[in-house]
Amino acid sequence: MSLLAVSDLSKAFGGVRAIAELNLQVRRGAVHSIIGPNGAGKTSLLNMLSGVYRPDAGSIRFDGHELAGQPTHRFAAAGIGRTFQNLQVFFNMTALENVMTGRHLRERCSLPAALLRTPKLVRAEAECREAARRLLHLVGLSAYEDTAADAMPYGALKRLEIARALGAEPQLLLLDEPAAGLNATEAREIDALIKRLAAQGVTVILVEHNMRLVMEVSDHVFVLDHGRKLAEGTPDEVGRDPRVIEAYLGAPDTAAPSGAVHA
Amino acid sequence: MLVLATVVALLPLVLTNNYFYEVAILVALNATVCVGLNLLIGYAGQISLGHAGFFALGGYGSAILAARYGVPVWLAMPLACVVVALIAFVIGRPTLRLKGHTLAMATLGLGIIVAIVITTEDRITGGPDGMAVPPLVLFGWTVMGERIWYWIVTGHLLVAVWLALNLIESPTGRALRALHGSEVAAETSGIDSARYKLQVFMLSAFFAALAGALTAHYAGFITPAKASFMHSVELVIMVVFGGMASTFGAVVGAALLTTLPQLLTVLKDYEMMVFGAVLIATMVFFPQGIVPALGRWWARRRQ
Repeated sequence: MSLLAVSDLSKAFGGVRAIAELNLQVRRGAVHSIIGPNGAGKTSLLNMLSGVYRPDAGSIRFDGHELAGQPTHRFAAAGIGRTFQNLQVFFNMTALENVMTGRHLRERCSLPAALLRTPKLVRAEAECREAARRLLHLVGLSAYEDTAADAMPYGALKRLEIARALGAEPQLLLLDEPAAGLNATEAREIDALIKRLAAQGVTVILVEHNMRLVMEVSDHVFVLDHGRKLAEGTPDEVGRDPRVIEAYLGAPDTAAPSGAVHA
Repeated sequence: MLVLATVVALLPLVLTNNYFYEVAILVALNATVCVGLNLLIGYAGQISLGHAGFFALGGYGSAILAARYGVPVWLAMPLACVVVALIAFVIGRPTLRLKGHTLAMATLGLGIIVAIVITTEDRITGGPDGMAVPPLVLFGWTVMGERIWYWIVTGHLLVAVWLALNLIESPTGRALRALHGSEVAAETSGIDSARYKLQVFMLSAFFAALAGALTAHYAGFITPAKASFMHSVELVIMVVFGGMASTFGAVVGAALLTTLPQLLTVLKDYEMMVFGAVLIATMVFFPQGIVPALGRWWARRRQ
């Protein structure tokens, strides 16, 4: 059974239809990528899947629950975590605190307990800290534990966002261009990290422009163009699809010489 | 925390007469309000322009319960505070779901309504002339005199500071700081922002009401001036001047801006102008407030 089922999803900004009657099925435990030219609606889709945007129409069924129209924090509570294309790190905290905040859903705490700092809370905080340390280790940021987030390099912040999203132990992880702006070595580290997560059973939806990364880690690829699904399939199938090539490179007769396109 | 406790403990050595005690008590009361208000402004990122309203409601609520209904003062004070927190819930619940400065507008309205009601409902509140407030009686013994009140009021302040520091270091505090860092990331981490803002708003209203109730029973008299809009603004200036998102900043801001008018009694008529000038100077020279600014300066010097 699919973990996530999107049906007839639509969203318009003014007169621009960012997403139009989109249907998607996401399989549990697999890595899915969403590709498409700039402005295809990839980030808009991710924003709707994480509850940041409210869709105009359509349904988002996740693990048997309807989420469309719910407030953002309910999406997280249902088990959807995400990272952001333009960093949304908590720059007023240390790296460890960022990940501890990510564990918010795993550490319930009432206002009186917070005010009185009950022994139970102290124990829960120690566990939370330990779990956050493990996650920083997982993404390779152990060295930055107590570093203020605003003093960390860009590549580390990208991974910090992943660690924070993992803090909530999500069933589905949405990664919005995790390799954007990274050099080849850093991109390979992200590549390895995604594979490790998939091996642990986390379902991943990846939006990425780095085609080498997409082709290497994906089990399934969706191609968006103008807010609609143009094609889907395994990376190989999609790579051979003439409609996909046309969307990326223009029609063969107008843009690229046909020999180069089919190479 | 230890520093503050030491200051509180040693201060009586230099408080040589009752007037100094009076000022110290005033400082502690304002500081209690500011510690709560700072949680709201500095951590939840919301401004309240009606905290004087909560302060007055706490004072009048406790006074009326005690004077008109014969409720013992030690019970009337917490009752009034709980009622005020519930009023904050009623106002905060719808407004804190919205983005922008809706809370500032709603509390501004509330502050003005409270001031008008207190002034006009003279059968209950004594109207513009104010009302006499019964003294605090503990175990059959009437609490009177500046010295005793000094210890009661500073005790409350220390507890308020302790609670605030605990809150900031808890998951709730992290959630609030996260809202400040990136609201969208906080929400996608599962943080229900409206819920946490509401909790802090209620808490800050509770602190304000507590200080108001203590003021009323200490002074033995309360007037509608306590509910004025200007008093609300003064409280916000104390927090901003001392340093947003700094609990000790709130205490220092309250201390400096409470004693300043006492030192400048010659400028009494220009008090609000002085406050305005202080606010402008703070924004220009150390927008993060005086305590964080001094902290950074100290850290730089030590390197």
